[in-house]
Amino acid sequence: MKMSGAQMVCEAIIAEGVRTVFGYPGGAIMNVYDEIYKQNAFRHILTRHEQAAVHAADGYARSTGEVGVAMVTSGPGFTNAVTGLATAYMDSIPLVVISGQVPLSLIGTDGFQEVDAVGISRPCTKHNYLVRSIEDLPRILKEAFYIARSGRPGPVLVDIPKDITGEIGEFVYPESVDLPTYKPRYKGNDRQIKKAVEAILKAKKPLLYVGGGTVLSNAAEGVRAFAELTQIPAVETLMARGVMGARNPLLVGMVGMHGSYAANMAMSETDLIVSLGARFDDRVTGKLSEFARYADIIHIDIDPANIGKIVDVDYPIVGDVGTVVAKMTEMIRERVDPDRYSVWRDILKRYDELHPLGYEDSEEVIKPQWVIERLGERLGGDAIITSDVGQHQMWAAQFYPFDRPRQWINSGGLGTMGFGFPAAIGAKVGNPDKTVINVTGDGSILMNVQELVTAAQYGVPVINVILNNHFLGMVRQWQTFFYDKRYSETDLSFQPDWKALARACGGEGYDVESKEQFDEALDAAIASGKVCFLNVAVDRFENVLPMVPAGGALYNMLLEHKEK
Amino acid sequence: MEKVRRVISVIVANEAQVLARVSGLFAGRGYNIDSLTVAPIPDTQLSHMTIVTHGNRRVIEQIVKQLHKLIPAFKVIEHEQMVEKEMVLIKFPIESPIADIQALCTAYNGGIVNVGTDMLIAMAADEQQRIAHFIEAAKRYHPIEIVRSGVVAMER
Ligand SMILES: Cc1ncc(C[n+]2csc(CCOP(=O)(O)OP(=O)(O)O)c2C)c(N)n1
Repeated sequence: MKMSGAQMVCEAIIAEGVRTVFGYPGGAIMNVYDEIYKQNAFRHILTRHEQAAVHAADGYARSTGEVGVAMVTSGPGFTNAVTGLATAYMDSIPLVVISGQVPLSLIGTDGFQEVDAVGISRPCTKHNYLVRSIEDLPRILKEAFYIARSGRPGPVLVDIPKDITGEIGEFVYPESVDLPTYKPRYKGNDRQIKKAVEAILKAKKPLLYVGGGTVLSNAAEGVRAFAELTQIPAVETLMARGVMGARNPLLVGMVGMHGSYAANMAMSETDLIVSLGARFDDRVTGKLSEFARYADIIHIDIDPANIGKIVDVDYPIVGDVGTVVAKMTEMIRERVDPDRYSVWRDILKRYDELHPLGYEDSEEVIKPQWVIERLGERLGGDAIITSDVGQHQMWAAQFYPFDRPRQWINSGGLGTMGFGFPAAIGAKVGNPDKTVINVTGDGSILMNVQELVTAAQYGVPVINVILNNHFLGMVRQWQTFFYDKRYSETDLSFQPDWKALARACGGEGYDVESKEQFDEALDAAIASGKVCFLNVAVDRFENVLPMVPAGGALYNMLLEHKEK
Repeated sequence: MEKVRRVISVIVANEAQVLARVSGLFAGRGYNIDSLTVAPIPDTQLSHMTIVTHGNRRVIEQIVKQLHKLIPAFKVIEHEQMVEKEMVLIKFPIESPIADIQALCTAYNGGIVNVGTDMLIAMAADEQQRIAHFIEAAKRYHPIEIVRSGVVAMER
């Protein structure tokens, strides 16, 4: 069929089953927006900033497992989207971002709103395209979606010059993709899997190290079943919260810089790490030379480049976590003796009893951890929790009882402040029946605060719970611990009127200064059906603990902070 | 870990941006490029890149894997048994002892390839190590300009 390049973009979006696109128009992408105007097959949500459009598409993707789509114009529209691309890239989130570009004839002339989009985005996309001819467009669109969601997922940018979206060409959307240079491997090597299984059977203190890849691979059920069958304890990374389920007796806790004592000790003392879609991030390993000194390592990852990147691996297995774990389960089923690891489980239980994850509650002031626990009691497995970056993020990860994968959405890899709110909007759009809470800080929320307007306009009742410590809290914590309390540029005592701010944009706001008020405000916020700010005044100087100081050994945790 | 020299061939789809993807990968991840050559493979839609690099074992392994990960990368060969050649052009003043230079070139698979009014250009093609020796030897004739091609390699 003959149609314009702009129509092709819309047709591809429809053919891929995308229901919602987030974006922001401008000169170079106007042809596409004109076609969006004419169609009804998918919805477009106008965010108020391109960064937010990409984060919203990202939140949509993380919460639904589908590819998220965002659309931006050339030049500043694209550069605003870069943080969104980098955020998605670091966490392997499938996105297709379409950007307008100046007409082909102007490329390279420093034309108005020209920027080298493929050049800038190369290191923060899985792949990118500058479309040079209308004949290539259908194939490129198909490939973009395929590359975004297959293998190790990631964001793909398609940069389309304006004359190409305006040109008429023949449109046949390809049925399949033929990329001889790109063949992701899903099935692990059986011989390697067999060896890994033998190692597990021989180990005394094996540990499942569960990472975000298990979420991406939809492998949570299989991983839980494997743990259940073998009775091998598990630690979760920040990205994997929810995979094992908070009430799972085999879950030791979160591992890493702010992981639990027991989880970090488990990592330090295990004799066999079974890494499932995790990548030995420096926030997990701590000082490498001290990391898991007694352990052999089974590393299962769909991306071969992750294997052996940080640590030497004894049993490398390239493949999809879900597929490989299913195979391991089958091989081990008749042979495993779950009692074998009971001593090990007891050791970990004792570690947990020795230093359980906790905090000292107070009657005078609201403790931020209490807020998270209360949210958990009230909303539990139902809600989707997004977060920004800082102390609030770590408390949410530590204290919310995540029951299922895709319930917890945060920027773990890039650590992007400003991610949480737009991601929550995307998650709510993708899951209209779920309560969506963004746990945020008084610093982070201002980094995409304009999205109040978006959420109000489209009736997306996301609740922002601001753990307000009048500080850039996480940086303040490092200043307290490591910079002799020189609070350089972290004091946020000058505050907006949060209630008024939310209301001015069409939302609702609540100031919370006591536990009773919190419950009331949460009820009211949910009942309001509006986008909300819950401005919760919390203890200003609360610290996230335990903490492994950057570069320190994982087993050397600060468990409490004593004022000198 | 001990540093080693490695010659890596990358067969890539012959498309826009592909050289930038490869060089950007090296720059972004802090890998070394000692030399890089690229040219189309006849009668295909592919190009052959030869990259000489060095690093410890983990770095080399990462380079190979990260190259593989590039969508247009078709094949990555970490050479072990290879024939490698590099070419060098050297310009000398016309007063130089032509016969001596000719003899030197012959020893390194080369010859005099151009003689002008005030200069002459000599060429040699050989293994990288030997090219280094050739250049060392040529220095005695006060070369005006030296251009090396970088290594091309083929697995035996
Ligand atoms: C875009 C961006 N800029 C800077 C940082 C560095 N940073 C990490 S945490 C943090 C403080 C966050 O403060 P707030 O949102 O109030 O959360 P809190 O730590 O107080 O809970 C900063 C500035 C970042 N992660 N992202």
